[in-house]
Amino acid sequence: MPVESIFPRLEPLLPRVQKPIQYVGGELNSQIKDWDEADVRWALMYPDAYEVGLPNQGVQILYEILNERDGVLAERTYSVWPDMEAVMREHGIPQFTVDAHRPVGAFDVFGVSFSTELGYTNLLTALDLAGIPLEAADRTGEHPIVLAGGHAAFNPEPIADFIDAAVLGDGEEIALAITEVIREWKAEGRPDGRDGLLMRLAASGGVYVPRFYDVSYLPDGRIQRVAPNRPGVPWRVEKHTVMDLDQWPYPKKPLVPLAETVHERFSVEIFRGCTRGCRFCQAGMITRPVRERSITTIGAMVDQGLKESGFQEVGLLSLSSADHSEIAEVAKGLGDRYEGTNTSLSLPSTRVDAFNITLANEFSRGGRRSGLTFAPEGGSERMRKVINKMVTEDDLIRTVTTAYENGWRQVKLYFMCGLPTEEDADVLAIADMARRVIRAGREATGRKDIRCTVSIGGFVPKPHTPFQWAAQCDHETVDRRLRALKDALRGDKEYGRAIGLRYHDGRPSIIEGLLSRGDRRVGKVIRAVWEDGGRFDGWSEHFSYERWTDCAAKALAGEPVDLGWYTVRERDEVEVLPWDHLDAGLDREWLWQDWQEAVDGTEVEDCRWTPCYDCGVCPTMGTEIQIGPTGKRLLPLSVV
Amino acid sequence: MPEGPAPAPVSQRLRVRYAKRGRLRFTSHRDISRAVERAVRRAGIPVAFSAGFTPHPKISYSGAAATGVASEAEYLEIGLTEPRDPARVRADLDAALPPGLDILDVVPVATAPGEARAARPSAFADRLEASEWRIRLDGVSPGDAAAAVAAFMAAEEIEVERLTKKGRRTFDVRAAVSTIEPDRRAAEAADAPCAILRMVVRHSTPAVRPDDILTGLRQVADLAPPSPPLVTRLAQGPLDAATGGLADPLDPDRETGPPHGEDAATGVGREPALPGDATSADAVSA
Repeated sequence: MPVESIFPRLEPLLPRVQKPIQYVGGELNSQIKDWDEADVRWALMYPDAYEVGLPNQGVQILYEILNERDGVLAERTYSVWPDMEAVMREHGIPQFTVDAHRPVGAFDVFGVSFSTELGYTNLLTALDLAGIPLEAADRTGEHPIVLAGGHAAFNPEPIADFIDAAVLGDGEEIALAITEVIREWKAEGRPDGRDGLLMRLAASGGVYVPRFYDVSYLPDGRIQRVAPNRPGVPWRVEKHTVMDLDQWPYPKKPLVPLAETVHERFSVEIFRGCTRGCRFCQAGMITRPVRERSITTIGAMVDQGLKESGFQEVGLLSLSSADHSEIAEVAKGLGDRYEGTNTSLSLPSTRVDAFNITLANEFSRGGRRSGLTFAPEGGSERMRKVINKMVTEDDLIRTVTTAYENGWRQVKLYFMCGLPTEEDADVLAIADMARRVIRAGREATGRKDIRCTVSIGGFVPKPHTPFQWAAQCDHETVDRRLRALKDALRGDKEYGRAIGLRYHDGRPSIIEGLLSRGDRRVGKVIRAVWEDGGRFDGWSEHFSYERWTDCAAKALAGEPVDLGWYTVRERDEVEVLPWDHLDAGLDREWLWQDWQEAVDGTEVEDCRWTPCYDCGVCPTMGTEIQIGPTGKRLLPLSVV
Repeated sequence: MPEGPAPAPVSQRLRVRYAKRGRLRFTSHRDISRAVERAVRRAGIPVAFSAGFTPHPKISYSGAAATGVASEAEYLEIGLTEPRDPARVRADLDAALPPGLDILDVVPVATAPGEARAARPSAFADRLEASEWRIRLDGVSPGDAAAAVAAFMAAEEIEVERLTKKGRRTFDVRAAVSTIEPDRRAAEAADAPCAILRMVVRHSTPAVRPDDILTGLRQVADLAPPSPPLVTRLAQGPLDAATGGLADPLDPDRETGPPHGEDAATGVGREPALPGDATSADAVSA
């Protein structure tokens, strides 16, 4: 069946929409493969605007890995803005890929990567524009398999009605395995149709197919049981873990867009996983164990990525980049290599310690200096013990003092509000800390132009973390504490003007909380919001709290549960959680114990440098910590 | 703030004519500038950088065509730290840019010894007196187009209104048009029924754009194309008063030829002393 490009129909309409270049494709290193020569075809989506989705590492990695295989084709699609959606509906143009502008509905797999739950309404827009029935139950053999991945897929229950399958964890190996299952199934003449394919995927144990599980509820609304509804389907579905990152050095050829995007740089993941044990951090819990990429692979990837892209900036990504066992050698090696080339190196997600200033100094030798951000997360010592962020205020002051002494004039500090057991005083302590930071900076430098910016995010309890049982703080309390903090800083004659404060109101966090810890009943809310016009919920200019609360009230009217039940209610140890059948490797008893210790303010060490704390991941998943040092050094390269 | 070594000075300036074609016409000026910066790095062209806290490559642009407008005649100027063969730069840069952003011509800037550097870009911009445009109007009959053009030319003055950066402004579009005529032969050769207009429009303030001309055509002759027009800039340059046509703005550089190597080096040595070219405020304060 020939599949034609929709571009000739799209092109005359592009002058009507904002930033038309985002729909044109043609990125450097993008590729278009022959449709008929491919046995298995993937449409990969990041369900946000192109400017956010294009730089996404997960999509870029899978795109490259799939396209490297003979007989496999992968293209990309992103959420279209409402102006484009209107034009497409008016002219009957389906959701299309930006590579060859092929209709998404023609592919075998429609894979959607969810970094955040706020992309769920955008999934529905894309399905609808693609002509794919919103409910998986209504799809037939002619429709793609709708597959969810990304961190939000560790609890896909709120979108269980809309997806055919979900994959947990690292995508590299499982994407290829799924490809093989589809290839065989198609080669055999598609036995048992769509159900037959989903059954093969489910039986492999590595793909979660929600329709093969029944959820029953207790009269009070809690889940009674989640159980397979047919033989051959496993009780639990496990996450995937790539053990040797040196074998998967992607992206090799980063996509370089014409349109402006949120990250204009080449990013290299220097390790996956984190065992610092911050109790709020879902990423740190679900990506265990730590697996480092070696210094030599990092060096080679940076070299090749810069040559292939022409980017002027390199980001060394991970959940806590300064924790790489050879980060000093990496920094020195890259600093030597790119000195004087106007290539800047950045290290997002750094911990609070003075060692980071040494690293930052190495990184600014390339000619540009990036900002310094530290994340104490909690304002008071007590709060930081609860969340297991083991940083003392003296640590922070020492670190920022070194930064100011080394020429930085501004640092950013990141905190959360609404944490479990938090009281007003814990949030007001942020002001005290910021004042001490400025005072230390002024004393260290003798200058008055020292600044710090305080950014505050609302805490949302996430599945597979020790806080999965916690009551989310209501938005009225969050807003009241943030106002008090703002007043405290504004009223400060001596330091107030040197401290910037950035925060959002607490209401979007409540909806994120609903979607994070929701069960299958929340799907009705998502659908109602989407039908009412909900789009781009991660964008404050599109997000409507009233729409969500109204739709939640209506959609859940016949249920014993409501918005508050999903968010501000604390769960007890025996309650069946919607994601209990999805296995991130974490031992449930360990998580519960860690939750109890959090309330007591008991800290737990990092298992990279201390004995195992029995989180359960390594024995359950057959994995182990993979860290250096390798003792190797980066070889200097001749730089043009 | 640690200060690095002073950036390498400019030893050669190249003027570049480039085209934006096909679907790449939807790039904005900022998109093009990022694409060029990255292509320069990939091609290994030794571009000079400004001094200061965030060094920028020394690439400057003259009057870029709007988003959605194709062009055969866009111009940029690039400063190199080492002289390069212009033909080689043309080939390398073109290969590194995506298809649709195409390098057409590269000419070394003719510099009289001692000429103030800051004066040069505006001097070049002054050569760009007018643009030649081609507008393809799908679904418009050549006869209607010809009638509209005749009415347009017959008018003394055509006031149109447009929202500019300075708010809603009314200005005359007729005076800016040096020539305008339907291109029947091109229309007949096109793949779909359409009318094609060619025109030479003087650069003025506020700028009279092709869509302003179309607004004028609608006002004088009710010409209302059913689909968005396809606009292409064909040329920019000095306006020849006798013929009404445009000369190549790079010709003056070609006629004078590139500066002698020694002269260039002498000019470079003086650069840091020029006013306004010191290191940036950030670096100075540190």
